[in-house]
Amino acid sequence: MTAAQVIRSEWTKIRSVASTVWTLGLAAVVTIALGALISLLFKNQWSDLSEKDRLSFDPTYTSFAGMSLGQLAMIVFGVLVVSNEYSTGMIRTSLAAVPQRGTFLACKLAVAAGLAFAVGIVTSFAAFFLGQAMLGGHSTSIGDPGVLRAVLGGALYMTLIALFSMGVAAMLRSPMLSLGILMPFFFLISNILGAVSATKKIARYLPDQAGSKIMQVVTPVDNDTPYGPWGGLAIMVGWVVVALLGGYVLLKQRDA
Amino acid sequence: MIEAVGLTKRYGDKTAVYNLSFQVRPGSVTGFLGPNGSGKSTTMRMILGLDQPTSGRVTIGGFPYRKLPNAPRQVGALLDAKAVHGGRHARNHLLCLAQLSGIPARRVDEVLGVVGLQDVARKRSKGFSLGMGQRLGIAAALLGDPQVLLFDEPVNGLDPEGILWVRNLMKALAAEGRTVFVSSHLMSEMALTADHLIVIGRGQLLSDMSVRDFISTNSADFARVRTPDTEPQQREKLTASLTEAGGQVLPEQDGALRVMGLPLHRISDLAHSADVRLWELSPHQASLEEAYMRMTQGAVDYRSTVDQRAGLQQPLPPGAQPPVQMPVPGQGQPGWYAPPPPQQGGQPPFAAPGQPGPPAGPYGAPGGPGGAPAGDHANPYAQPAAPQQAPAAPAAPALTKPEDAR
Repeated sequence: MTAAQVIRSEWTKIRSVASTVWTLGLAAVVTIALGALISLLFKNQWSDLSEKDRLSFDPTYTSFAGMSLGQLAMIVFGVLVVSNEYSTGMIRTSLAAVPQRGTFLACKLAVAAGLAFAVGIVTSFAAFFLGQAMLGGHSTSIGDPGVLRAVLGGALYMTLIALFSMGVAAMLRSPMLSLGILMPFFFLISNILGAVSATKKIARYLPDQAGSKIMQVVTPVDNDTPYGPWGGLAIMVGWVVVALLGGYVLLKQRDA
Repeated sequence: MIEAVGLTKRYGDKTAVYNLSFQVRPGSVTGFLGPNGSGKSTTMRMILGLDQPTSGRVTIGGFPYRKLPNAPRQVGALLDAKAVHGGRHARNHLLCLAQLSGIPARRVDEVLGVVGLQDVARKRSKGFSLGMGQRLGIAAALLGDPQVLLFDEPVNGLDPEGILWVRNLMKALAAEGRTVFVSSHLMSEMALTADHLIVIGRGQLLSDMSVRDFISTNSADFARVRTPDTEPQQREKLTASLTEAGGQVLPEQDGALRVMGLPLHRISDLAHSADVRLWELSPHQASLEEAYMRMTQGAVDYRSTVDQRAGLQQPLPPGAQPPVQMPVPGQGQPGWYAPPPPQQGGQPPFAAPGQPGPPAGPYGAPGGPGGAPAGDHANPYAQPAAPQQAPAAPAAPALTKPEDAR
């Protein structure tokens, strides 16, 4: 049993279900369209912005504003890739064919993460260029310092969100349970914790808040975040590694 | 060859499989029988390395499944016909399994033809019937042309033609020298398909023998004798006379007598000399179904109760008589009547020799006239089916189904 065979098989699995196209397509469309819309709003409301807001204005980050919603579709993609196996019972057939469970999980994650990155990089560049076009005179260029890093970071962010969801789904197995925990967490709880001053300092170590630093180019005026863009991404990677390890250990030990 | 030694699986404090040891040999179809919840599927999952045994071990060709080199080429399994992603079409489902073990895509089309699904190969399996799902599962098991095949309830949901096809397929696979292990809860089906039987109940081994031995050990021939209903004293007289001659006589519910240990002509002679007229004298053979029922009687976990329909029945109009509860046709005997085991007073059939573990306890109710499962409430639905006539012998293979041409 070589990893190449398992990867081919996982690729067949992932391309032969409709949910892959729907979730990834939705992630791309929502991220790009919402980013463009918010960029357009910023341009039109520019004169109403305060001096502080104008100084902190980050054209790159603004064009990625759609990521907060687009990541939800990415979460659904990650959850479904893993939990489909459990909800259909296919996991027994899969594990009977690949008794090496570590290889099985690694190959599944590799295929899904590769696909998520491919979609992420297209989405990221499209969102950036479309967003800049909308911003008009307030835009930045891809050649400016830190901008290319931020655009590539957008793709990495989407991939890591998908991987984190896959790890959680591998632990929880049920798609309903996984989505029921991940969706409200990333859509509401993380944002609420980040907005309340008492919990702000904790919230910035959450995966999405730390990871999204990679997409920032302009540091806000009153910034007191103790890590930079790559530091933030490293925190997110830490979360992902923990989730995936948890999924691996449980898959290894559990009866299928 | 599949070999289990002291296989035990506990889920919390529930023991699903206890100290199970058996061998499944190549070249024959081995039937795996037991009531619902007796641990058949758990055992199958342990064979495939999906569930880790609490203790004991099970090996295929000497290797635990997870250590088996290129397992999908050596072992094929059908566990659950519904375990496919409904949105994926049949061919892609098989293709992703084939790619795992480096089986060419050509083989996928071959097995689709073998199971007769070539016309729906590009249909989503969501729309498949249970029978079509079973065929897809069998196709997946055949993919790697394996030497060891496991099938968990393969005939569930199949049409009669499909059942016949599966039966012939199993036999053909075994005739090619493969190891074929088939679980079922239908004794009648296994009697036609299997060469060897392993019977479990509540996770413990009840019997492990060839079908031929199973029949000779468990089937009891008897004669059914009926004297004129109008003269009960004749019945008494005959009973005494037959018992004196060394026969065993048991009364049946409908007034007939069940006589064992005496040939028919001897019963006739005895009746003649006792001056008793006979209305019926017929030979009977207990079916395998009966033998199996008797064996597993004490080990059935899920038994139905009488449907009381409390509060659902219309109040009877004044003066009306409540309807008489009619027994379901074919299940006429209230309190299921099992023939006693051939060796009277011997061991209960489920206490396999040398079987450790708790004494007869829950299984200790030996079969026999008194051992009927129904208590005070004779439940017409709860009775096992009346002994069935064994279906006709399997017809010649290659009727309409393409056979696996190998």
